[in-house]
Amino acid sequence: MSPDRVLEGHYFMNGDHACAEGALAAGCRFFGGYPITPSTEIAERLARRMPEVNGVFLQMEDELASMAAVLGASAAGARSMTATSGPGLSLMLENLGLGVMLELPCVLVDVQRGSPSTGLPTMPGQSDVMQVRWGSHGDYQVPAYAPWSPQEMFDLTILAFNVADRFRVPVCLLADEVVGHMVERVIIPPEGELEIWSRKKPKSSPDGKFDPFKVEDNDLVPPIAHAGEGYRIHYTGLTHDERGYPDMSAETHHELVTRLVNKVKVNSPDIIRTEGYFLDDARIVVIAYGCTARSARSAVQTARDLGVKAGLLRLISIWPFPETRILSFIGNVESFIVAELNLGQVSLEVERITGAPVGVVHHAGGAMITPERILAAIMENNQ
Amino acid sequence: MKPAVMVDAHPLDEIIRADRMPHIWCPGCGIGIVMRIYGQAILESGIKLNNHVVVSGIGCSGRVAGYMNIDSYHTTHGRAIPFATGLKLANPELLVTVFSGDGDLVAIGGNHLIHAARRNININVICVNNFNYGMTGGQSGPTTPRGARASTAPYGNPELPFNLPFLLAASGANFVSRWSNLHVRQIKDDVLYAFNKKGFTFIEILAPCPVGFGRSNSIENGLEEMELYKDRCLIFRQDEVSPDELDIDLREDRPIYVGRFIDRDREEYKPVMLEN
Repeated sequence: MSPDRVLEGHYFMNGDHACAEGALAAGCRFFGGYPITPSTEIAERLARRMPEVNGVFLQMEDELASMAAVLGASAAGARSMTATSGPGLSLMLENLGLGVMLELPCVLVDVQRGSPSTGLPTMPGQSDVMQVRWGSHGDYQVPAYAPWSPQEMFDLTILAFNVADRFRVPVCLLADEVVGHMVERVIIPPEGELEIWSRKKPKSSPDGKFDPFKVEDNDLVPPIAHAGEGYRIHYTGLTHDERGYPDMSAETHHELVTRLVNKVKVNSPDIIRTEGYFLDDARIVVIAYGCTARSARSAVQTARDLGVKAGLLRLISIWPFPETRILSFIGNVESFIVAELNLGQVSLEVERITGAPVGVVHHAGGAMITPERILAAIMENNQ
Repeated sequence: MKPAVMVDAHPLDEIIRADRMPHIWCPGCGIGIVMRIYGQAILESGIKLNNHVVVSGIGCSGRVAGYMNIDSYHTTHGRAIPFATGLKLANPELLVTVFSGDGDLVAIGGNHLIHAARRNININVICVNNFNYGMTGGQSGPTTPRGARASTAPYGNPELPFNLPFLLAASGANFVSRWSNLHVRQIKDDVLYAFNKKGFTFIEILAPCPVGFGRSNSIENGLEEMELYKDRCLIFRQDEVSPDELDIDLREDRPIYVGRFIDRDREEYKPVMLEN
């Protein structure tokens, strides 16, 4: 391995390390973070690896600073990332809102643990789903992915960077303690085989007029100019017009916030990822994500072995919510069961879309939901 | 009174976003003077305008980022320094200046301030200290003198304030100075000096806020506060003044020490580089 190269080949590594390697493979060259279980291995890996690719690893004084530094690095043109867990996410939400408003691409990894408050630092949870959706003040929408394996910690970190750059939006990787600490085979393809999407750059030269928030394409994404490129941009967290100048009018505010939300909505076909098991003829659909989807797949397999027509819809992306995919089941499916390591977050979304109560397998967190519990729910719904 | 003279050009046209004028600051406010000096220093720095970046937090001083015609970022309350840190490390060619106020930098951003100084990251901070939160209407903060009145200290501020030069010196900054709004030449010299100084630099500028602070504390207007600076500011001499004497209380008849407190060359922060 030469110093300026990312890894390649077959490895046996934990999900946190795979996430770190995914970031490097995606071209991330700035990491600002603060140690917190169970995400710390990402920071530790990058502390060792960033210098090997001439990148910057910076341990900040807290998570407020980490997220701010990540946005600053992005404003200078770097692919940048931070990693944390629930308590740190609470602090990062402040500047997640700034990232949304300034449309600065970056990746925020949240390796979820049992919450609220200090909760269960070394044990899994999936209870930050609504927090990344609604936790920063105001209306906004950031894409979020939920890896279910170390391999996906690698793959989805790359996708998160791609989506962040293409759509000028912070992207969250909603991992959990199980996938963060689990050790499995991770295949890292050669550099040339990785798909990398880049940021849309201004068409005009720095000498001409350039409005940093002017949208010219149907994707609602304005081209991005970085500090030092000569465009002399102004970015503000205040409501701003196309020039980036503050504009304290209700009309501008509505137009801006609507575009920021719609930007993610209209591009959702490129953002959303789901995966199905036995869905073609399924009468009972289990919906799960992250570590819980591993138990759900096992439960669905056992149900099939018992002759029950159960299937699994695995949410690879959680936000924006895959509404169309779930709507497509209506009329063909008798019941939905949502399994998740919280007391009801994605299940609320599914109920919103299906318009009816769904079966739930919930647990506040601390241990994985077992396949047996999910199987029991399937069998109950099969009666 | 003579009628106003209209001119076609201003010496700072190149560096100020004229289409953003008029600014938001009150009559008698000191921030505009400091922005004027910062702009002048940029023009005289000999460093390409496209390499200058200004980052601000929230508050009246935080609006400076929006008025400078360079790459400029108006960020969240207190977080200008870590945002600037990310910018600087991602592109070391940039000359990054944080321009913000005392409430933003010292209260909500206080932790970032001391850690950036400790790391000795190569950015410059210009801190306009007007002893209160001006934009929200004159509340007390960590620089408000004990006993001074503010809208959230109606019986007089019960807290002791920070002594900023002492704080920054202890935290590890390479350069620390303080001036008042009256010392325009000295401020410009120090801003230019800071541009070329490696490591973390901090310039505190005492500025009138006649509406937020002066009015509640028997300082009639901006001019009167400037007179007060003229009468009481003394140049700091290392051997003659103890750090405790750097505390400021505008209402007491005692010296306000200004000048350069720290000018040293601790190693600046650099990301780890491996030898190939």
